[in-house]
Amino acid sequence: MSVSIEVNGTRHDIDGDPSMPLLYALRDQIGLRGAKFGCGLGQCGACTVIVDGRAVFSCLTPISALEGRAVTTTEGLLEDGKPGKVHQAFIDEQAAQCGYCIAGMVMRVQHLLERNADPTDEEILTGMQANLCRCGTHAAIIRAVQRAART
Amino acid sequence: MTIAPNLSRRSLLQGAGGLVVAFSLTGGVRPASAETAAVLKSVAEGAVDSYISIDPKGMVTVYSGKIDYGTGVRTGFAQMAAEELSVPLDRVTVIEGDTSLTPDQGPTYGSLSIEVGGQAIRKAAATAREALLDAAGERLGVERAGLTITDGMIRGDGGEISYGDLLNGENFSLEVNENVRLKDPAQFTIVGQPIIRDGLPGKITGAFEYMQDLKIDGMAHARVVRPPAIDATLEGVDESSISHLPDVQIVQKGNFLAVVAESEWTAVRAAREISVTWATTESLPDQAQLWTHVRETPIAKDDVTSDIGDVDSAAGTRQVKATYDFALHTHGSIGPSCSVADFSDGKLVSWSSSQATHRLRGQLSDMFSVPEEDVRCIYIEGAGCYGRNGHEDAAADAALISRELGRPIRVQWMRHDEHGWDPKGPPTLIDLTATIDDAGAVAAWSSEFFIPQGAGGRVALLGANLADLPTNQDTNPGGITNDSAIPYGFPNIRTVCHRLESTPLRPSWIRAPGRMQNTFANEAFLDEVAAELAVDPMEYRRGLIDPADKRGLAVLDRLKEFAGWEPRPSPRSGGDGDGARLTGRGMAYVKYELKRTYVGAVAEVSMDANSGAIKVDRFFVVHDCGQIINPAGVRAQIEGNVIQTTSRTLMEELTFDRNMVTSLDWASYPILRFPDVPEVNIELIDYPNEVPWGAGEPTAAVVSACISNAVFDAAGIRLRSVPFKPAKVRAALSEQRS
Repeated sequence: MSVSIEVNGTRHDIDGDPSMPLLYALRDQIGLRGAKFGCGLGQCGACTVIVDGRAVFSCLTPISALEGRAVTTTEGLLEDGKPGKVHQAFIDEQAAQCGYCIAGMVMRVQHLLERNADPTDEEILTGMQANLCRCGTHAAIIRAVQRAART
Repeated sequence: MTIAPNLSRRSLLQGAGGLVVAFSLTGGVRPASAETAAVLKSVAEGAVDSYISIDPKGMVTVYSGKIDYGTGVRTGFAQMAAEELSVPLDRVTVIEGDTSLTPDQGPTYGSLSIEVGGQAIRKAAATAREALLDAAGERLGVERAGLTITDGMIRGDGGEISYGDLLNGENFSLEVNENVRLKDPAQFTIVGQPIIRDGLPGKITGAFEYMQDLKIDGMAHARVVRPPAIDATLEGVDESSISHLPDVQIVQKGNFLAVVAESEWTAVRAAREISVTWATTESLPDQAQLWTHVRETPIAKDDVTSDIGDVDSAAGTRQVKATYDFALHTHGSIGPSCSVADFSDGKLVSWSSSQATHRLRGQLSDMFSVPEEDVRCIYIEGAGCYGRNGHEDAAADAALISRELGRPIRVQWMRHDEHGWDPKGPPTLIDLTATIDDAGAVAAWSSEFFIPQGAGGRVALLGANLADLPTNQDTNPGGITNDSAIPYGFPNIRTVCHRLESTPLRPSWIRAPGRMQNTFANEAFLDEVAAELAVDPMEYRRGLIDPADKRGLAVLDRLKEFAGWEPRPSPRSGGDGDGARLTGRGMAYVKYELKRTYVGAVAEVSMDANSGAIKVDRFFVVHDCGQIINPAGVRAQIEGNVIQTTSRTLMEELTFDRNMVTSLDWASYPILRFPDVPEVNIELIDYPNEVPWGAGEPTAAVVSACISNAVFDAAGIRLRSVPFKPAKVRAALSEQRS
């Protein structure tokens, strides 16, 4: 089937198996590297993107569910090719080790701040818990969320 | 990282003899066109050209056999080289782990990258600088002593000349001078600065190219299909089970099975939907009886790691005895292993995130019975692996499939492949005894460690075993006898590692292998002794450290102040009067491998006596790794060590049945999530005039004992079995009450 999806403001016609998760369309067909394959099970969040204002696991979301939807990935948060607000907060806090989870983290933070511009520490921890990090970068990520909320 | 995605295999393989390389400022290597005149690139250890090159524009390239998987050592290497050469950091590019371009500096493990790999680069850079100064003196006709260097420009009376002009594209053709004059640390402007880690912004914006992102021309996507048991025989494949999927090829060799498709999603589906018949044999012990199994496993040999005095004849009036154990762990990389291979005409190019590409080259050479010079292994940064996870195995898978099909192949392991089949941190069982004399002093300390034999060598390649191809079968759990001996001055000490003939599941090293488990037992048991003697655990340790070890004492003294430690014995009395919620603090100390980085740490925990849940609230860490190359990198390593090891200590335990691993995802092998992350407070002690030591592992060694000791302080119960799951805590509390 063919599905028309808007990704980071550009419309793409995706051909393929309707059960194919969005992640494979983003990575293999559109050529965006930000969203990562981590588990394919919706357990780790490395593939997190925003679809029409909601944070979703792109590894689980079939393209058949996305006709006419608008998808935002970490690449979509660039502003004139430069790091956006959340990006910059992560950079300033050096909030990445291996970084494989980070593009998903960025989208989780973006989603959190879109809903709650001034989260408490408790709200940050709860809001981020869907995403796993193995390097133990959590503390730096928390600082990045606090910094992004301030700026 | 830039990788030329459209290279022909041939142009890459020419690198083994004389590859032409062009460099980009953003890092990485892009082999130039074959027409360009070939320049021989040395990879011999000890040759300056193996580590450093400078092009006519003055751009510096550093070649490192050690690799960076996010820890920041690439940035550290660049800082060390830029400092010695007095060039701005942005003129330095680092190439890592390419068997055709970089020297074999051994695997990236053991917290040795800066300490060993970086120091080699630093000496090569200093040797290069000295040679350039000599040449400039001659060229300018001035006294060498009067020359100065600024930004790669050498100036003397009446003249100046740049590195690029001096070298004019030539090699150094010099041996590294091991005794070369190194820059005076007082003059440092780059080393010691919290430089942002190379690659970090791109990881955040999505621009960074990971191993998992690599695509090369003509590449097909493969998925492996593993058996439902460690010991299994492939009996049949029902090809019709995937006939509804377009263009899928099945690759079978012995018990090795893979599916290959043009589209990645098709390959995923094929692996999921293919119907395969296996004959399985139960080969694993009953996990419920794991520690009995470990204790009864035949011992291949004993390694006595310390033997002071005579523990058997030490006079004592009482003994403290305890047994500690530490569960099997998986590496738990967030990105499952991935590799691309191009194998044709008997020659192989393998891209992977292996931490040991030179060793991998030898293993692939063995596996396929081809000469090493026909194998080129190239490192590309992937998801963090914290040791020898599945990277090498994925490389073997990709190479095998590529050879069978004669085209480039990308293998991406799925989550169940990674959790199920990466090699594991082996189970560790430790018995400890302290004999206390009538004066209340420890007369003897003895310990026995039941740990698998082997060291940090070649871990058997899974694909080779399945396909019945040659691969080394030794057990290689890492250097796990380290830190079985202790840094304390008891009159009689004997520490023995019983090296077991086998261990359940293929072992390998995971961050701080052995050092973590052994330090857990030693530092928690020392806390038991301190409690038995009713003394403050910090003061007690201070009195046991060699008085000449000023740096060790300094760590404890700084820790006491930094953590606001109030001397008193554990457990605390009275509690905080808040019903079931108990709080406590505990400490631990390590001198890593008894010879390098010092770490002292305090944990503060709160626990729910009803549920048994432990929350680690805060950590205080004082860290001395000698000369600090990049304090931001060191801090990140310490923070990551604490958080990751808190996860390992509280939650992590591999499960298996008699056939195979059963904890195949993040639900069955949970790790720490945001709400349970401790606050980490760090104090770095910098010794600019000392050598730099590693920071990637040592903090991990103290975390489990800190938490166990803090729980004892809070509740008077000893947790001697990692992970400290609520059920164990409840059982210990229940035992305490009865």
